[in-house]
Amino acid sequence: MGFKVLIQTEAIDLGKEHGLLQDSGGSVGAIATFFGTVRDFNETRKIESISIEHYSGMTESELKKILNEARARWKISAGTVIHRVGELHVGEGIVFVGTASSHRKDAFQSCEFIMDYLKTNAPLWKKERHDEGEDWVSSKESDQIFASSWEKGSH
Amino acid sequence: MIKLVFFASLREELGCGSLEIEFNQPLRLSALIKQLEEKKGTRWGKVLASESVKIAINKEIVVNDELLSDGCEVAFLPPVTGG
Repeated sequence: MGFKVLIQTEAIDLGKEHGLLQDSGGSVGAIATFFGTVRDFNETRKIESISIEHYSGMTESELKKILNEARARWKISAGTVIHRVGELHVGEGIVFVGTASSHRKDAFQSCEFIMDYLKTNAPLWKKERHDEGEDWVSSKESDQIFASSWEKGSH
Repeated sequence: MIKLVFFASLREELGCGSLEIEFNQPLRLSALIKQLEEKKGTRWGKVLASESVKIAINKEIVVNDELLSDGCEVAFLPPVTGG
């Protein structure tokens, strides 16, 4: 049984994190992971790099709340949420979410749920750098819709 | 003393990351924003009272016009964009 939330500047060690989930108990039969990376474009521009800001203490506690909510909704025996902050370049990892369960549905759904709630609830802010300067990213209405879809029990 | 913190686009818009204000008597959030507006200008009131801005007291989101106590930290958060 291992549940953890990390905010860090260092790169995410995917092999290590996957291994920890895999070794989290004999009942584990399914691991679902999500890995978000920096892409080189947005709706209108080519992106060179991004920087991510957080609210120390609150970001961690909000992510823990989301992880706990996932534990209450699905049978998961381990869960990891790692979000990087600071300057990140195209191709680098931003966020890792992984859940382990006895069955795939619980793993898949809890992993997606955590990402959808992270997008709308965790105090993290992204700024994109492009050839003409830099801009704070605007929140997307679609993210609100994805998050609220879990409330309606449509999954 | 009440500590105020402003994040991301709000910090840049206001040109201020954090500030401390003297605590004289219990006051509500709305009164705090009004006070800031009087001291710092109408733009502050407009920016901080915006519907998209969320407010956290001691790192917990609040939705009501809470009463602030001495030593608390009030954070103003623009819409989040992590992930």
